[in-house]
Amino acid sequence: MSQALSSSPMSEIEKGTSLWADAFVRLRKNKLAMLGGITIAVILFFCFIVGFVLKVMGMDANKQDLANRFAAPGEAGLLGTDQLGRDLFMRVLEGGQISLLVAILATVITVTIGIIYGGIAGYVGGKIGGIMMRIVDGLLAMPFLIIVILFREIISVRVDNAARFLVNTWKWDSDFVLRYANLIPLTVAIAAFGWLTMGRIVRTAAASLSKQEFVEAAHSLGLSHQRILFRHILPNMLGPVIIYATLTIPSFILYEATLSFIGLGIEPPNSSWGTLIKEGANFLETNVTVLLIPAILFSATLFAFNFLGDGLRDALDPKASKD
Amino acid sequence: MLKIILSRIAQTLVVVFFLVTFTFFAIRAIPGNPFADAKATSPEEQAALEAYYGLDRPKIVQYFNYWKNIVTKGDFGDSLSMKGRKVSTLISEAFPVSLKLGFLSLLMGIGLGIPLGTIAALYHNKLPDYLAMIVAMAGICVVAFVLGPIFQVNIARPLQFLNVAGWSRSSDIILPAITLCFGVAAYLARLTRGGMLDVLSQDYIRSARAKGVKPFNVITKHALQPALMPAVTYLGPAFAAIITGSFVVENIFLVPGMGQHFVLGVTSKDYNLVLGLVLFYGILMGIANLISDLALIFMDPKLRKG
Amino acid sequence: MTSCRSKSDVQIANEAGILIVGNSNEPKGLDPHLVSGVLESNIIRAIFEGLCVEDPAKDGSSLPGVARSWKSNAEFTEWIFNLNPEARWSDGVPVTAHDFTFSFQRLLSPDPNWPAKYSEMLHFIKNAQAYNKGEIKDFGEVGVKALDDFTLKVNLRGPIPFLPEITKHYTWYPVPKHVVLKHGEMNTAFASPWTRPGNIVSNGPFKLKEWKTNHRIEVVKNPEYWDAETVSLNGIRFLPISNYYTETRMFGDDQLHVTYSIPSEFIPYAKEKYPDQIRQEPYVGIRFLRSNIRRAPFDNPKIRRAFALAIDQKAICEKILQGGQKPAYSITPPFGEYKPPKVIAFDPERARELLKEAGFETSAAFPDISILTTDSDTGRREAEALQAMWKEHLNINVRIMQREWTTYLQKQYDADFDLAAGGWIGDYLDPTTFLEMWIKDGGNNSTGWDSPRYEELLRKAENTADVPTRMGILAEAENILLEDTPVMPIYWYTTNYLLRSEVKNWHPLLLNNHPYKFVRLENN
Repeated sequence: MSQALSSSPMSEIEKGTSLWADAFVRLRKNKLAMLGGITIAVILFFCFIVGFVLKVMGMDANKQDLANRFAAPGEAGLLGTDQLGRDLFMRVLEGGQISLLVAILATVITVTIGIIYGGIAGYVGGKIGGIMMRIVDGLLAMPFLIIVILFREIISVRVDNAARFLVNTWKWDSDFVLRYANLIPLTVAIAAFGWLTMGRIVRTAAASLSKQEFVEAAHSLGLSHQRILFRHILPNMLGPVIIYATLTIPSFILYEATLSFIGLGIEPPNSSWGTLIKEGANFLETNVTVLLIPAILFSATLFAFNFLGDGLRDALDPKASKD
Repeated sequence: MLKIILSRIAQTLVVVFFLVTFTFFAIRAIPGNPFADAKATSPEEQAALEAYYGLDRPKIVQYFNYWKNIVTKGDFGDSLSMKGRKVSTLISEAFPVSLKLGFLSLLMGIGLGIPLGTIAALYHNKLPDYLAMIVAMAGICVVAFVLGPIFQVNIARPLQFLNVAGWSRSSDIILPAITLCFGVAAYLARLTRGGMLDVLSQDYIRSARAKGVKPFNVITKHALQPALMPAVTYLGPAFAAIITGSFVVENIFLVPGMGQHFVLGVTSKDYNLVLGLVLFYGILMGIANLISDLALIFMDPKLRKG
Repeated sequence: MTSCRSKSDVQIANEAGILIVGNSNEPKGLDPHLVSGVLESNIIRAIFEGLCVEDPAKDGSSLPGVARSWKSNAEFTEWIFNLNPEARWSDGVPVTAHDFTFSFQRLLSPDPNWPAKYSEMLHFIKNAQAYNKGEIKDFGEVGVKALDDFTLKVNLRGPIPFLPEITKHYTWYPVPKHVVLKHGEMNTAFASPWTRPGNIVSNGPFKLKEWKTNHRIEVVKNPEYWDAETVSLNGIRFLPISNYYTETRMFGDDQLHVTYSIPSEFIPYAKEKYPDQIRQEPYVGIRFLRSNIRRAPFDNPKIRRAFALAIDQKAICEKILQGGQKPAYSITPPFGEYKPPKVIAFDPERARELLKEAGFETSAAFPDISILTTDSDTGRREAEALQAMWKEHLNINVRIMQREWTTYLQKQYDADFDLAAGGWIGDYLDPTTFLEMWIKDGGNNSTGWDSPRYEELLRKAENTADVPTRMGILAEAENILLEDTPVMPIYWYTTNYLLRSEVKNWHPLLLNNHPYKFVRLENN
């Protein structure tokens, strides 16, 4: 990409737009990536819009009916009921909301921290940059679990207090607040670990960009470091950042699921896809639908994000465009 | 060459130092008590246990003692949760198991991922590309705790010669290794595909093709080696990670490896065990990265000079 | 190591006379004085033996172990155990009465560095508690005495007609004085070096052969055992299978003789698939909720009672657990001659009234509360069901706090919870095993509750020899506990496990402590 952007800062903006247009043309050629994009759109629509509308209409994912467990699809609700007689369709939609929200929010945090930390490390370079990266290496090798448990304990008390304030002082609906409040510790914990890889990627990109002619030109014009970093280097790193972010989302969905396996997932009775699958796997021999439905959706989403991410990378990579 | 080895060692030492330091204070900051038990622990017992393991001293003193014991006595301490067992014993029991499993699944991952990635690149944006990538991605899109039970029920049960779980027969390694290899294969396929696409667009490949070199030879003789560089870089850390981070698979298939120690060490607040594991992991990572580096040098003569 | 499985694990084990047992987890240790869990006791019971041995088929009946015979005085306060001179440690050294006095002294050590969890199991002995607490310095004053090498005299603090029952608990097992002292001092605690493989010497029907962490523990027949003729098995292999789904699947693949448990999801399936192998047996244990009465709202007994009455115990047993568990109306399950008072039963109407009486007409002002539970799937499902019941019947929102084991325990000891799910398995067949834990500052009380009257009754029962009278006093005490409801009973446990049909002489036992020496494998 650097080749395409190596002229002066002014003309670069025009080239940038044409780069994105080119990329989109290439992306459209990749049918799998397009299919992935459409799948994501459909799943997002169902989880967030249909799920929300149904919820407002009074369907409750946590309402139990112990007399009516494992109802077949169509018998009770669209997809039947689970081991506690809860509507599986609603649970899958709300589980998807949680899985996707955690992954997307964690990705946003990851990108923000990664860009700032990696950008600084790459731009400054030298010894300081080296030490900054060794710290990242050290953290990266640390057991993920320690970070997750630590953050959960530190943050959850504060989040609880904030949630209580919203409920008691501003009279928000307590179910609603609690549902989303208890995503925060998990999200932050995942992001606390996830930004490290992003930081590395950004650093590599920033380091090579800061040696480019246009940056030197900016230096010679007497622009401040801050301005060079934020106005000239960071915008040029958007490509790898977007690609990586798209690929980060599925890996965070997977992290969350793995945490659920260990019992550190979302607070019951709410479920993410991870918890639904984990509990569903216990019924593999007996009631396979409670496993299959969330597992298929989960895998489809992961496939979709991965293929879209790969497609974006192909599309944004100018070398591949020579073909 | 020597310079590269020395700088890797130096880097590893720095990383391990940061790693142990972070972990040391982080795990002590997590609430919970390593000596909590289903039967209540009296305050006196608690105090006695803490004194015995040196946990009653200020954290900074504990920290220096930890290093002191390692450097002067080579002692990584006793496990707090499994009393009477040394951390070094636990690791030396579990490591060969994890090494065997990790190595096999890595080999399977390579055998699956690199061909799939190559096929995908050669048929860029055509049906074989899509099919190869769908197969390759299965490992990171279907979670291990679904794949594992499915293998148990649908493969091990009907097949006489495979056990559902356990670690007593030599065939017991097969299912956990397959479950683990998919994850590796997915990343390798992706990296190989990317690397291959890169290389195939290079001028020397075009000229080789123009000169009429057979397509198969173009791939094997000219393209594959440089195309595998990113994959090789990934293999080092992947090896270290697969050895220590396979808790889910170990739990499902009853494998007495390191992953269980990692998770149970953290959840039971077994400080010494976790630190020992982390230290070991850091060193392992360093070694794996070094091997990766050397492999890259071996593959690319240009790097040898620099 | 065979690569090709022409025979299943169980077939190979049957031929070798080895019983393969699913044992849930890696044991914390094998020192009978330091462990406290069920899975450790399963292994300890195979390699050690106490004065009396469990009858393989009958509850409340004791067979000779190290003691050949025993008798008591009319008041059940002084007991003489005549030891079998043939009883030997696995290194050939005879087991003597001095090993027992040494063991009791070791377990009761007042040394603050001594982390014994279960020393109160010996408090039945006269002055044992005082010695344990350091109030008496001379162990000679404690009521145990080796009259000679093979005669042990035990003086109790009160009449205990069921003492032989208690001696079957592993805390009463002897430890080899000569070996313990060889590898340390009497109270070299934390590491118990004498129990490590290679060092350990034991007196049971089996001895330790191999111990691989997270992998397996194998014991083999002990040729020095006094009754080796009776022992039919050549060995037992204990597998630490923490994933019960895997365990059940392994059973189906002929890899195990006995499983530790059946996950409730599998119970209907197992009933259908293994109708002859599934075992569902009563077990002396209770699942309950502790409430933290030190803080609002559970400082109010009416609210505690309301929450207890709003639990639809029957639905939990029948719809969720499905393992034949029984709704619990008291803490102690009914067994033997004990008739616990019937106090708690599902009654949402009354629960709402109680809540109203406590001043909560509407749930709006009800404080935020949560239920603490472990990170298991069953714990989660149970908590979700309770949460839904309180929501439905009391219109109160309760949050679920799932925490990993050590944090879960610590939060209870720190009194940092509102409601906490928990359970208790009886150590011996007497109601006191359930009632003693609720005394003031009891280590496992955790509720903050106490009642002088309750403890007075327990002490009174201690000094009552007549069984019906004694049981009556205990029931009266339990009534006090239940009326005040610091603990909300949910259900009484059953054991649910799978047992292959070639395993013989394995009968239902209330404490589930099957004596391995009588177990046979029948090859066909």
